[in-house]
Amino acid sequence: MESVLGRYRNLTILVGVLFLQVLGLAVQVKRSADAEHTRLIRVWAVNLITPFERGLVWAQNGSSNLWHNYFFLRGVRAENRQLKEQIEQMRLEQVRLSEDAIQAHRLQSLLAFKEQFIAKTVAAQVIGTSGMDLSRSIYIDKGDNAGLKPDMAVITVGGIVGKVWIVYPSTSLVLMINDQSSGVGAMTEKSRLQGVVRGTPNGELILDRVMSDETVAPGETLLSSGGDRIFPKGLPVGRVSKVSPGREMFLNVQVKPAADLSRVEEVLVVTEKQERQPVAESGATVRAADILAQRLPSVPEKPPAVARTAVPGGATGHGPGTVAKPQGNGAGKPPAVAGTAGTSPKTTTGVAVPAGRNVAGPGGMNGISIEEQPATSGDALKAVVQKTGAGDSAPSGGAATPRANSAKPNAAANSTSKPANPPAKPATAQPNVTSPPANPQPPATEDSPH
Amino acid sequence: MPITYTSGEQIEVYRFSIPVTVGVPLLALFLQAFLPRRLTFLSYLDLPLLVTIFFAMARRNPISGLFTGAAIGLVQDMLGPYPIGIYGIAKTVVGYGASSLGAKLDVENAGARLLVTLGFYLVHAAVYFTVARGMVNLTLNWSWSRGILAGFANAVVGVLLYFVLDKFKQRT
Repeated sequence: MESVLGRYRNLTILVGVLFLQVLGLAVQVKRSADAEHTRLIRVWAVNLITPFERGLVWAQNGSSNLWHNYFFLRGVRAENRQLKEQIEQMRLEQVRLSEDAIQAHRLQSLLAFKEQFIAKTVAAQVIGTSGMDLSRSIYIDKGDNAGLKPDMAVITVGGIVGKVWIVYPSTSLVLMINDQSSGVGAMTEKSRLQGVVRGTPNGELILDRVMSDETVAPGETLLSSGGDRIFPKGLPVGRVSKVSPGREMFLNVQVKPAADLSRVEEVLVVTEKQERQPVAESGATVRAADILAQRLPSVPEKPPAVARTAVPGGATGHGPGTVAKPQGNGAGKPPAVAGTAGTSPKTTTGVAVPAGRNVAGPGGMNGISIEEQPATSGDALKAVVQKTGAGDSAPSGGAATPRANSAKPNAAANSTSKPANPPAKPATAQPNVTSPPANPQPPATEDSPH
Repeated sequence: MPITYTSGEQIEVYRFSIPVTVGVPLLALFLQAFLPRRLTFLSYLDLPLLVTIFFAMARRNPISGLFTGAAIGLVQDMLGPYPIGIYGIAKTVVGYGASSLGAKLDVENAGARLLVTLGFYLVHAAVYFTVARGMVNLTLNWSWSRGILAGFANAVVGVLLYFVLDKFKQRT
């Protein structure tokens, strides 16, 4: 026996070492799925590697900041101006969205829906990976000390990144959504079709378990469904990039992640979620009219010109100087139109732009084109005012285009029924309706859906 | 000038200083964990595997090779999300195989190193998937395209890396 072992000594040791590791694996698998019992040795390994990673990330960020904050400031002024313009546009967009959200919340509260809200997040920085080419997991620089727990959602502004997998005192391992062993409950934004988003060996994402008789269009956005109890409902997961027939009766739906998973550097860990019934608010805190009103002082007064711009509208039955088309705002409420436009007395209302996006549908600010906002605020309003003529010349006799007319009927009611929330400047609040609507429409009632 | 005869009597066996023996695997583990976040294509590489193969082939001692592979693999497991031992087993097998092969074949030239590295990458992947799916029941899928691409990438980088690491060799 000894001679046999001596003869095959190398092989015997190999078998012995493999056996020990298999035994260790079996113990881990049998005990539990979590890594609690191997925590100590994992902590040792992580503590061995992560300090260097932290140091390098710190040095890298320091040098990068030095370069970007002190040496590479060329173009910052132009960028700043561009960003300010973007903010202006986004504020208008926000008004529309907040009104939509209020309406949705009201409906949800009527139906007694319960919704999960992100109550608290912790910002963390990515410092490294797990070092496995077959695993998609990253280390972040926050751990138990920052209140992180396993199974917390990790997100970015772009969308979902993954979930906290193992928590160490000062670091955490995050399993990304493109790992093969991860899964996110997701649904398509428009058709509300539900499925599970999984990772592939190549690190791509697929929407799993979608029957072949379902219709999924490339480009459709996927949101978290909340069914996995990890990610709150409604967070962006990705976008459908390709749809092809898959195995058996399922579709092969490839998904492009919403967050750039290969370059993520900073993340937010959702440390606290609240499940509560949405509360319907009484109204928007900021209205599009207020935003426009703030921008008014920079508008040069050009009343005759404005009036002239409305001349083409004469074809619709309004003479020169006809500056308001109340019904053009959808509900045909003259005060609403004037109030929401919030322009100077001699300018106009009904700021609809034919091809523009309807910015503030329910907020009583119909027909303001975001895309066509000019560069500066003064110019912006001037252009908006000038475009009024185009709006006035709508063949329907209304100030707005059919798209603007398609705005929610409560649009005007929203502004008329809120006396407590008038535009900021009294002058702008004065409606300057000089002609009655050509096609009077029934006013929106108070009990109309908001 | 190292002698690279394949004769069992004239084969050259190398050793390494303790700093190199400890430091190079640790550096490989660190770079493997750190670099792919900055350079995404490096996620195809398995630097600890390349270091395992290099040490095993240079020492030409199966016991030394399997223990080197086991140690590197286990530390790599500790950094990852899966149970500890999957990489350990895979790299133990690779370490043993590479050192056994190094004792029998000339693995000093670039062509042989390329093929050996490619072959052991595939062996490593096969053992890893077998253990991961068979024992731990992980839902991992094998992709041939990625496997072959990663195999060649590792082989090419491995050849370059081995020439750098050759500088640390010490004759016994």
